[in-house]
Amino acid sequence: MSFISYLVNGLSLGSVYAIIALGYTMVYGIAKMLNFAHGDVIMIGAYMALISLTQLGLPVLPAILVAVVVCTVLGVVIERVAYRPLRDASSSLAVLITAIGVSYLLQNTALLIFGANTQSFPSVIKWSGVSLAGGRLNISGVTIVTIAACLVIMIFLTLFVQKSKPGQAMRAVSEDRGAAQLMGINVNGTIAMTFAIGSALAAVAGVLLCSAYPTLDPYTGAMPGIKAFVAAVFGGIGSISGAFIGGLLLGIIEILGRAYISSQMADAIVFAVLIIVLLVKPTGLLGKKIQEKV
Amino acid sequence: MLKKLKTMKKTTRSSMITYAIVIVAFIVMQALTYTGNLSSLLQGLLVPLCTYVILAVSLNLVVGILGELSLGHAGFMCVGAFSSAFFSKCMRDVITVAPLRFFLALLIGIAVAAVFGIIIGIPVLRLKGDYLAIVTLAFGEIIKNLVNVLFIGVDSNGFHFSTKDVMGLNMEADGTVIVNGPQGITGTPKDSTFLIGTILVLITLFIVINLTNSRDGRAIMAIRDNRIAAESIGINVTKYKLMAFTISAALAGAAGVLYAHNLSTLSANTNNFGYNMSISILVFVVLGGIGSIRGSMIAAVILTLLPELLRGFADYRMLIYAIVLILMMLFNWAPKAIEWREKYLSFGKRKKEAVK
Repeated sequence: MSFISYLVNGLSLGSVYAIIALGYTMVYGIAKMLNFAHGDVIMIGAYMALISLTQLGLPVLPAILVAVVVCTVLGVVIERVAYRPLRDASSSLAVLITAIGVSYLLQNTALLIFGANTQSFPSVIKWSGVSLAGGRLNISGVTIVTIAACLVIMIFLTLFVQKSKPGQAMRAVSEDRGAAQLMGINVNGTIAMTFAIGSALAAVAGVLLCSAYPTLDPYTGAMPGIKAFVAAVFGGIGSISGAFIGGLLLGIIEILGRAYISSQMADAIVFAVLIIVLLVKPTGLLGKKIQEKV
Repeated sequence: MLKKLKTMKKTTRSSMITYAIVIVAFIVMQALTYTGNLSSLLQGLLVPLCTYVILAVSLNLVVGILGELSLGHAGFMCVGAFSSAFFSKCMRDVITVAPLRFFLALLIGIAVAAVFGIIIGIPVLRLKGDYLAIVTLAFGEIIKNLVNVLFIGVDSNGFHFSTKDVMGLNMEADGTVIVNGPQGITGTPKDSTFLIGTILVLITLFIVINLTNSRDGRAIMAIRDNRIAAESIGINVTKYKLMAFTISAALAGAAGVLYAHNLSTLSANTNNFGYNMSISILVFVVLGGIGSIRGSMIAAVILTLLPELLRGFADYRMLIYAIVLILMMLFNWAPKAIEWREKYLSFGKRKKEAVK
């Protein structure tokens, strides 16, 4: 029975990773860049929700809305100020290093504003969950809500990208930016929209993450951010369903590794997964192979 | 002498200037120390300064010359530091001559770091760009994690290893713990001196500068500029990439040895051997100019001294590092910024004409 409860916890953590990984995978698919600052947007989102809940005394849903709005604006501003000027730079290292700089900027700004102390995050979900198998298997409300939220987001996003006009524009830009521009697609607008969606999802992920693990400090987002990137690579970067599967698998691997191998080595196990995936199948589980052009 | 300086090749003259800067800085610092004009704070910074200079120069070999981003540089430093500190602590009473002990520890640290460089380099260098960066980051974190769960003790029966705790070592009563997991190694002899540090800096510079100006170095730079073109003229891409990566790792290991023997307690955390350290080194390289050896040396010194000298500035150090990273990248690489620079700043123009 403990195995099943680990599995459920893994699914819950994996759902959070999947939501974060979506932001990575969409941005990578369209802007061809690794947005290192994505994990720190999660942290900002969680802080915004915390302030709305405790300082402003807002109810839960408006508080999450505040976090989503702030993160969306933040994501678009980051893209406009730091990434767009470098989109056509001759060196691909330039934008990667800038992204690392933005990540550090967010962390240290949060450090100056909110302080280094770990703050406890109030429970957003009051539901105590369900008890199965005669009380031997307890699933908390947070776990169920997280998994459900992940499923809903995944379905909506897939529909959005496949069926809607802006979604088609996104796919076109990720396929060939130049050709998309010639077809009259607003490339800058589409990329900005991708950042907005990714950052909004990051805010949701931040609230869910901090509800499940109720501590918050300026470095909260960094590790889940990197792990979510691992999940995105695992599933095949650029693919939405890949991010979903990669996130869930990674969450399960991490929780099972923590339970059965070593709790201190859990991070190392996750990174080992990344290394093995990249060496055996660099395109990930669902990724497409891209031919290198001379 | 001056005439000779003029007839030298441009690269030779440039490297001579680099060496001269290090030697002059060393003499000035020594003179200030003897006349008592150097505060104890600054004296304590001399060896760390050498460590950071070596790290920055060695990372520049990967980022600037090889053209790949490594975010796990602190991991190699960690390996070098722990292996050498382990050796020095075991040999503390066997070899009592400090310089000899340090020299042997240095060799061990470099060798272990180089071996890790090869082991990690072979799989990692098949990747490129973002993937390579994230995998080096992953390796750096794995190394830090492994060191934190490592317990080694010694008793009359020899060495004992464990990955759980001190009790797991199953030692006899006379056993001593050498590596104590998250607490690390305590009681490493303080063998690092500013003189040794300076010599290591000079050796590092010598290796990196000579490599850059050699046939091998040109092959590495050809791979950086166009991998496919380099491959098509018969350059063994894997060999040269691995060469640059391993040398860089070995030099980082040397920096780790210097670092470890300057502290009595050595433990691995995010700030000294983790991601933060890797980023700090990257900031040195970026601020100094990617590919410029002398630049990374000077940037390492300035960025280490500034926060210590300006009080109250320390809280903002990482914030300023972040802003420096972003602004340097935007200024140097954004197509619009390059255009603006060529239009309004004369030095960009002159350089272009000189090339023509």
